[in-house]
Amino acid sequence: MSKLLTRRYIDQIKVMFGKEPAKPTEISPAAQKIHFYKKNNRDEIAELKHQRAHEKPSHKWRNRRWATLILANLLFVASYWLDIQVLEGALTASRFVGFHMADLNSALQVMLAHKHIITNLLIGTGTVLMLWALLGGRTFCSWVCPYHLLAEWAEKAHLYLAKKKLVTDQPIDRRLRTVFWIVFALLAVLTGYTVFESISPTGILSRALIYGAGLSVLWVAALLVFEIFFSRRAWCRYACPIGLTYGVVGILSPVRIKYTLEGCFHEGDCRKVCLVPHVLDTVIKGRAIEPEVPLGPDCTRCGLCVDACPTGSLSYDVKGLSRLL
Amino acid sequence: MSETKKPPAAPAASAKGSVPVSRERQRQGRRKTLRTLLLTGGVLGAGLSGYLPLVYARTSRLRPPGALDEKAFLQSCIKCGQCVQVCPVDAIKLADLVDGFGVGTPYIDARAQACDFSCDAVQCVLACPTGSLTYHKPAFLPVREGAALPQKPTLIAKMNDPEPTLNLTERMGVARLARPESCLAMRGEGFKGQARGAGFEGRMRYAAVDRWNPIRVADHPYDLPLCDLCMRECPIAGAISLEKFTGADGKVRARPVVHENCVGCGVCEMICPTEAASITIVPREVWQS
Repeated sequence: MSKLLTRRYIDQIKVMFGKEPAKPTEISPAAQKIHFYKKNNRDEIAELKHQRAHEKPSHKWRNRRWATLILANLLFVASYWLDIQVLEGALTASRFVGFHMADLNSALQVMLAHKHIITNLLIGTGTVLMLWALLGGRTFCSWVCPYHLLAEWAEKAHLYLAKKKLVTDQPIDRRLRTVFWIVFALLAVLTGYTVFESISPTGILSRALIYGAGLSVLWVAALLVFEIFFSRRAWCRYACPIGLTYGVVGILSPVRIKYTLEGCFHEGDCRKVCLVPHVLDTVIKGRAIEPEVPLGPDCTRCGLCVDACPTGSLSYDVKGLSRLL
Repeated sequence: MSETKKPPAAPAASAKGSVPVSRERQRQGRRKTLRTLLLTGGVLGAGLSGYLPLVYARTSRLRPPGALDEKAFLQSCIKCGQCVQVCPVDAIKLADLVDGFGVGTPYIDARAQACDFSCDAVQCVLACPTGSLTYHKPAFLPVREGAALPQKPTLIAKMNDPEPTLNLTERMGVARLARPESCLAMRGEGFKGQARGAGFEGRMRYAAVDRWNPIRVADHPYDLPLCDLCMRECPIAGAISLEKFTGADGKVRARPVVHENCVGCGVCEMICPTEAASITIVPREVWQS
């Protein structure tokens, strides 16, 4: 990675914690050349745009992701109900064919509250840490978390209502998520209760699917209503400490979305579908600092932008793999 | 409202303090701050409302065997339900919203389905990934006076095995004759039929019927001249006995007496044929001699 990209990546970590992305102060000569080319050849670009004006957006990655998410959660359900014993437990902690797995945020809450760690919990946490460090941290959010799927559907409802001018998205300060992370960690230490676990929609939904729904799904419903009528994707964007935990885990992950400057027309379709558009600031005209820019750690690797991009400028990338092949 | 006042929650604008901010931007900034506070209040309020059920102590749950003391139990339980999955009689359920911080934690409703130890090895303890249910309580956690069992409990169903005991060191609770006036044995009455009626779904292991598979209590009718169901079905050796006595009317009666061996599993409460149960478990209770 070039020095510029390293600097940007460090800045993207700050962006994950709530900083607003800023315009780059320095752009590499290679990227500069492409920016200038685009500026000076507007007619050619207009023609290219015209050529693929009616291209339909694909749903390839979304479908794959939904299938994975539903399958993962069904595996939990089937393991219990059909007694196939492949993935026993719930998303907070489980056993995959006997191997311990523990959700990183839940495990952290328990460790902070109980202040005593037994071997099994350590093994489970370590396994999951390695898994998501390899697969991309917040990949957990979009590919596994059941709340994410419901929130995506709520988002569709929100966007429909917004189109009808019945609601408008009310943005909230992104630094709040970091505040929540610290507050819930402190609450666990000070009160000795895993306070966040009692309101975690991920845990509540996972248990509701496996063991049957109770009153606690009302809290999840309330969050979804808030997101539909008030603030788009509010929980995942501004509140959920689980997302931040996995985001940090994914900082050095080899799996990420890569942006290629050359073919991009800077139309911004990707930013419209993105849960975390601040990681896509690099696609804004004139902002890319290199011809190829990997997205920051707050990216959930959901692939909506890959599907939405009409020019193929966004793609999945595994660091080192392309060099290897 | 002054022009120079910076919007508190517009970091991009406030970072460049010298740039004048339009009235509209200011208003947007203030609104964003308000919304941020609203979400903060909502989420923290919801989170901390979990305290209420604890403060009012509305719920005193019978926890699965090997559970740490309540506070430590709530601290350490990761709410995954693996204990629920391994229980052969489905005795363990997960608590709901009304339990506050206890939402998603396992408990046993002994009257509906008690823990009868038909798994022999206390599978739920083995399944627990965080040590909330454990054989080996960490040293820094104290053992409450009277919570410790006098010795490892002996399972009657395992009497003839080389290792007939369970590894439990502390009790879940203690059985108590809560309604002596309705107890059939105390009234000198027998019992004939299904202990909890034909519709009762609860299951239990009857070692004489099938050592390994629990059957429905409803499928195992009784015919007893003097009711002794609590003692008869207690899975633990030496936990309940019946003391016979003759009443003023000359009728032979019996009093169920709970001994220190009682682990508080709840089988007596489940099997008791009177409505409501004459003998019940006091969850988390310690032995008082």
